[in-house]
Amino acid sequence: MSQVSDREKAEFRQQVGAWMQANRPADPGFLLPQSFMEVGSEQQLEFLREWQHKVWSAGYLGMAWPRQYGGQGVDPVYQSIADQEMRRHGVPICFNVIGLGWAGPLINDIGTEAEKARYLKGILSGEDIWCQGFSEPDHGSDLGSAQLRARREGDEYVLNGTKIWTTMGNFAKYMILLARTNPQAERKYDGLSFFLAPMQVPGIDPRPIRKLTGEYGFTETFFTDARIPASCLMGEEGQGWKIAMRTLQYERGAEAGAAGGLAFVRIAIDDMIAELADVERDGEPALQDPAVRDQLVQMIMEEKAVVLCDRRAAIPALTTDYPFSLPLSNKLRFTESTRRMRQMAINLQGADGGLYVGDAAARQGGFWQRAYLNSFSATIGGGTSQVQANIIAEHILGLPK
Amino acid sequence: MSVIGNTALDFTDDQAMILDVARGFCADRSPLERVRDLLESDLGYDPAVWGEMVDMGWPGMALPEAVGGSGLGVSVAVPVCEALGRSLLGGPLLATLLAGQLLLRASAGRDGSAVLAAIAAGAPATIALLDSADWGTEQIRCELGSDGVLRGVKQQVMEAAAAEWLVVVAQEQGEPVLAVVPAAAVAPAARRDHVLIDATRRAQTIDFSGVQVAGDAVLRGPDVARALRDVRLLGGLLLAAEAAGSAASCLDTTVEYLKTRTQFGKLIGSYQALKHPCVEILMALDATRSFVYHAATLVDDAPLDGDAEIACRMAKAQATETLKYAGDRAVQFHGGMGFTWECDAQLYVRRAQWVQQAFGDAQHHRKRLARLLLDR
Ligand SMILES: Cc1cc2nc3c(=O)[nH]c(=O)nc-3n(C[C@H](O)[C@H](O)[C@H](O)COP(=O)(O)OP(=O)(O)OC[C@H]3O[C@@H](n4cnc5c(N)ncnc54)[C@H](O)[C@@H]3O)c2cc1C
Repeated sequence: MSQVSDREKAEFRQQVGAWMQANRPADPGFLLPQSFMEVGSEQQLEFLREWQHKVWSAGYLGMAWPRQYGGQGVDPVYQSIADQEMRRHGVPICFNVIGLGWAGPLINDIGTEAEKARYLKGILSGEDIWCQGFSEPDHGSDLGSAQLRARREGDEYVLNGTKIWTTMGNFAKYMILLARTNPQAERKYDGLSFFLAPMQVPGIDPRPIRKLTGEYGFTETFFTDARIPASCLMGEEGQGWKIAMRTLQYERGAEAGAAGGLAFVRIAIDDMIAELADVERDGEPALQDPAVRDQLVQMIMEEKAVVLCDRRAAIPALTTDYPFSLPLSNKLRFTESTRRMRQMAINLQGADGGLYVGDAAARQGGFWQRAYLNSFSATIGGGTSQVQANIIAEHILGLPK
Repeated sequence: MSVIGNTALDFTDDQAMILDVARGFCADRSPLERVRDLLESDLGYDPAVWGEMVDMGWPGMALPEAVGGSGLGVSVAVPVCEALGRSLLGGPLLATLLAGQLLLRASAGRDGSAVLAAIAAGAPATIALLDSADWGTEQIRCELGSDGVLRGVKQQVMEAAAAEWLVVVAQEQGEPVLAVVPAAAVAPAARRDHVLIDATRRAQTIDFSGVQVAGDAVLRGPDVARALRDVRLLGGLLLAAEAAGSAASCLDTTVEYLKTRTQFGKLIGSYQALKHPCVEILMALDATRSFVYHAATLVDDAPLDGDAEIACRMAKAQATETLKYAGDRAVQFHGGMGFTWECDAQLYVRRAQWVQQAFGDAQHHRKRLARLLLDR
C-alpha cells in the first residue's frame, strides 16, 4: 500500500496536469502513432523521441526507478498519477515501450549493477531504443519452440536464425532476445536463454515489413553468424523461458515495476459518437436509427465493463470465485472490444466507410479505418486472443490442455 | 462528460458480511437435490427455510428501523439475491423485498407502515404489476373505481400464492395508485396458477374485479409514479443479481462436466469449441457482477437518480444475456445428457428464459439506455 497521502497525490496530480497542459506538443502535421507498434518513419521516431526525452527531463518517467539510473526513487503511485494525466491530456505516447515496460523493469529487478548502469538511463531518455526478439517465422504462439541458435564460442555467442514481427527492429539499439543455447535439452523450454543483445553488430539484418495499413513498423530480423559478447547473457543458460515469462508481469504498470509513460492512445467511444453526429442513414441522423442505437449501447456497455471490472478487481470480497480472473481477462476484454468498436465506426460511415487514409473525403483523414486495422496489433501481438482464452480456460477454469 | 459516466463501485463491510452469510446459508439449505424436490411441489419452496430467513431479518433488511426493519437500504438485498440465484433457492423473498420497496417509496413514510411492519416481521408480499405481456407500456388497465372497488386482471404475479399482502398497481381516473390488498380478499376462484418455464418459481394470474379496497389501503400522489418507476428498476437489479449467481453455478456445472467426460480419447474440456465459450461465459459473468455491484453502489432509499437508472438497466441487460448464454451452452455441452430432465443444465436454461423477460429484456433496457446516453 502506498504511503503517500491523498493531499500529496492531489498536489502532484495538479502539478503534472499543469505541465502536460503547458507542454503538450502542437500537431506536427503528420499522423502520429497511437501505439509503439505503429512507429513507421524517421519523422515519427524523432518527434516521439524528443517528446519522451522532455517528459523524462521533467521528471515524469521512471519515477519509481533508482535515482542513480535516471529515475526519481519515489513511490510508484506518482508514476501512475503521471500516466493518468498523460492519458487525460491526450499527449503523445512514450514510444520506447519494450525498454520502459519489459527490458527496463527486468534489468532493474534481476540485472547486475553493470547492466543497470549501462542500460536503464538510455531507456528512460529515449536515446536507446529497445526491441523484442521472441517470435520467429515458424514459432509464434508456440514461443517455447523458438529455434534461433546461440552457440557459445569463447567470450562470445554466435547467433544464427530469424526473428520476425520485431517492432522497431530497424531503429533499435538493443534487443531482448530469446534464443536456443541447448537444442538437446529434454524439455524445449530448458534449452532457451535470454540475452540483452546489441543490434548494431555485423550479421544482424533487420528488414522492414510492410503492414496491412500500408505503413512500416516491424521487421524480419535475420541473424547470420552474428557475434555478441558472452556478457549479454542474462542470468544463466537455460533460464530464458523463466525470464521471458517474468517480463509479462510488468505489463500491469508502474506498481508492478514498469517505468510508466503512455504506451498507447486510447480512443474512447465518445470520440466515435461525436464523429457520427452528422452521419445519416435513410435520410435521418444515424444516431436515431434504432438498430444503430442498440449497437452503440452495447459498445458503451462493453467499454464500461472494462472500467468496472478494473474497479471490482480491487475488492477482494467480490473476487472470491476466481481471484485471478479479472487481471487475466481484462486484456482480452479490452482489446477485443476496442477492435469491435473501431470496426463499427467504419460500418456507420455509409459510403465514406469505403475510403482510406489519403482520400481527401475520408472522415478524419481515414483515422478510424487505420485505427481499426491497427487494433489487431493488440489482439495478435503480445499473445493472440485465442491463446489468451486458452490460458484463462486452463489457469482460471481449470480445463484440461 | 463521457458516455461511460459514473463508474463508482464500492462494497461495504455490511454487504460483504451479508454476502458471506447468505452464500453459506443458501448453499446449505438449497443443494440441488433439494431444489429438485421442490420443483413439482405446490408451494415451490420450503416454509421452514423461509422461517429461517425471517429469523435472520431478511424480509426487512432493506426497510427502515421505524417499521422494524434493519435500515440497511436496498443495496444489501443485492448480495442476498446473488446468493439465492447461486443456489437456485426459490420462495417469496425477492417478491417481498420488491413489494416492501414499492410501499416504502410510494408512501414516503406516511401511510402503509402497518403493512411494512408486517412485511419486516416476515409476512410474504408481492406486487400485482403486469396487465399484459408488455413490460414496456406505462399504461395501467386495472382500475380502482370511485366506489373503492378494483376491476381488472393482473398476470404473472410473482409468488402470489405465498403472499399475505398483494400490492395492486391500478389507475384511478388515469392516475397510478397502489391498492394494498390482503390475500384473503382474493377468492381462490379468482386465481389461476401459471405454469412457468422456470419451475423453481410460482406465479398466478389474478382477477381482482370486485375486490373492495379499504380507504386507508390506497396510496396516491406523485410518489406513486416515481416509486413504480424505481421499483421496475430495482426489480431489474435484484433479478440481475440473482441471474449473476445462477450464471456462476451454471458455469461451474458445465466446467465440471468438461473435466470429467471423455470422447475421442480426450477430456472434452480440452476441445476449444467448448473451452472458449466457457471463457466467454466467465467474462460475461465478470462483467455482470461488475455492473450489478456498481448499480448496488448507486441505489439507496432516495428516489433513483439518472446514474442509478443507467446502472440498473445495464445490470439487467448484461445479466440477462449472460445467463441466457450460460444456460444455452450448458445444455449443448452436456450432449444427450443435456437434453434430460435429470441433467442440471435444464434448471439453468429454463431459469434463463424466465429471467430474460422479467422486468424487461435486454433490448427493452438498451432502448431506454439509448435515450439516456445518446440523446443528451
Ligand atoms: C503489430 C505486431 C507487433 C508485434 N511485435 C512483436 C515484437 O516486437 N517482438 C516479437 O517477438 N513479436 C512481435 N509480434 C508477434 C506476436 O507476438 C505474434 O504474432 C503472436 O504471438 C502470434 O504468433 P504468430 O504470428 O506466429 O501466429 P500463430 O501462432 O501462427 O497463430 C495463427 C492463428 O492460430 C491461432 N492459434 C495458435 N495457436 C493456437 C492454440 N494453441 N489454440 C488456438 N488458436 C491458436 C492464433 O490465435 C492465430 O489466430 C508482433 C505482432 C504484431 C501483430
